[in-house]
Amino acid sequence: MAKTFQRPRSLKRQQTHYCPGCTHGIVHRLVAETIDELEIRGRTVGLAPVGCAVLMYDYIDVDFQEASHGRAPAMATGIKRVRPDLMVFTYQGDGDLASIGMGEIVHAANRGEKFTTIFINNAVYGMTGGQMAPTTMPDQRTTTSPFGRKSDDVGMPIRVSELLASLATPAFITRQTVIKPKYIKKAKRAIRQAFEYQMENRCFSFVEIVSTCPTNWGMTPVDAIQWTEDTLLPYYVLGDFKTPEDE
Amino acid sequence: MSKVLMKGNEAIAEAAIRAGCLNYFAYPITPQSEVAEYLAWRMPEVGGVFLQGESEVAVSYMIHGAASAGARVFTTSSSPGISLMSEGISYMAGAQVPAVFVNIMRGGPGLGGILPSQADYLQATKGIGHGDCHLLVMAPASVQEAAEMVMMAFPLAEKYRNPVMILGDGLIGQMMEPVEFPEHLKSEPSNKDDWATNGMDTRGADTPNIVKSLFLDPKALNDNNLALRAKYERMKREDVRYEAYNLASDYGVLMVSYGTMSRVCKTAIDELKSKGIEVGLLRPQTLFPFPEDAIFKAAKKVHCQKVLCVEMSMGQMLEDVQRSVQGNCPVQWYGKCGGDVPTPEEIIDLVRTETESE
Repeated sequence: MAKTFQRPRSLKRQQTHYCPGCTHGIVHRLVAETIDELEIRGRTVGLAPVGCAVLMYDYIDVDFQEASHGRAPAMATGIKRVRPDLMVFTYQGDGDLASIGMGEIVHAANRGEKFTTIFINNAVYGMTGGQMAPTTMPDQRTTTSPFGRKSDDVGMPIRVSELLASLATPAFITRQTVIKPKYIKKAKRAIRQAFEYQMENRCFSFVEIVSTCPTNWGMTPVDAIQWTEDTLLPYYVLGDFKTPEDE
Repeated sequence: MSKVLMKGNEAIAEAAIRAGCLNYFAYPITPQSEVAEYLAWRMPEVGGVFLQGESEVAVSYMIHGAASAGARVFTTSSSPGISLMSEGISYMAGAQVPAVFVNIMRGGPGLGGILPSQADYLQATKGIGHGDCHLLVMAPASVQEAAEMVMMAFPLAEKYRNPVMILGDGLIGQMMEPVEFPEHLKSEPSNKDDWATNGMDTRGADTPNIVKSLFLDPKALNDNNLALRAKYERMKREDVRYEAYNLASDYGVLMVSYGTMSRVCKTAIDELKSKGIEVGLLRPQTLFPFPEDAIFKAAKKVHCQKVLCVEMSMGQMLEDVQRSVQGNCPVQWYGKCGGDVPTPEEIIDLVRTETESE
């Protein structure tokens, strides 16, 4: 009997260090499935970020470079410019990409660099222990906003997909989530689409994934899913913000 | 090839291409922007890569990414820009990635000025980034030597899997001199299949390569630092370079000076020699590794009464000279660091005062 579901070849047989209820594992799997389906494992280079996914090279079985905080898009630019035949993706969290790496992601997107970014937005710094991120919601408590984020003091959360979609350079910019199976299917299609645009040398491609962080939110995994749906998704609206077909 | 008259910055740019480096990322900054302006048209002409990045920070990581993918790659900048790149340089040193960085120094600290200086000596040789890291640092004293050092830098970076820096004062970048690009300094990039992330298909492998500087296990991090230390020790054994000038004479004063400043010292030495005063010069061509043994021996010669460290900084190389002399002679510093270069007359007066006072 033929197997209909199995571990992707590009996903190592390795237990992850992620917390219970964290969605990194799901997204890792979707990336690995995409690499398998497009048969690009032998010519893919990943960029591991500073953040919870820094050890991503322990889980995804392709060449990897480890970036410093926020600089993955600059490293991906360097790789792609000297080796356009390689498939390159960055995998970055919201502290990494939306705070310290905002310059790098905006300019890479604006140059139309032909790589793919997977952007994990869970509204908090994960690895450093739950500090406020540029994506933290108003009144959300974190270790550095113990009384809740005050938007009159530190501004409103940044919607990165909308910001990047405002650039005039053609790109694929989409926001997805993986908190329920129906969303996971759509997220998978978006990731695959993003890699395909890169494969066709069409444009910069960017998939934001609204994600959970039960540990740093101080919630159970189930409550974290509910909070994502009730609080994050109304502000971080799902959908495609830009495709290269747009005029 | 015959000699051509070129500005130092343009010679540096052309030398990289002649050395076999066809990838350049940079951000403009005075006094080295001519490198980027030259390569903006020259790289496309030779089928190479030119990209102006959004900042020096980003550029240092474009270099990191490209070099980690196995490409020969370089950038150029000047003092404040190098400070911004130092983060990326530390990551590259930790991950053992070869590349070439050129620093055409201007005065500092802060914005400082745009005129020549040698004020980044300590940064380049001791403190280029956080952690236990060093660069191999070469200091040219002419446009010709700048071109040759750039050409030598790529195979050296690959030999050590470590960034190499060409440390030139602003005059090296700005002045025009005749230059030729020696054919024998052209080199083939080394095979990097054993570590570079060049794609498994490229190297016919089924095991990924990982380029990283994170070692969470204390023993693994210590081992990585020991491996780096072993490379720095090897540099000291195999790649110290210096020039001796008038060291066969019975000199009473030994000068130690590098870059443009050393040329002024040579003029002063020639003038003093014609008046019967012998002065020797030891010119470090590598600042890390530093020619400490040669300076130690030169300072121990019987007639040597004094060592004079002349530099366009407030006494940065002085620390290495004192360390090398090991107390065998008094070591004196002379220098300026506002952008104007000390003149031969100033050096001559200094030596005369010193020798007459004895």
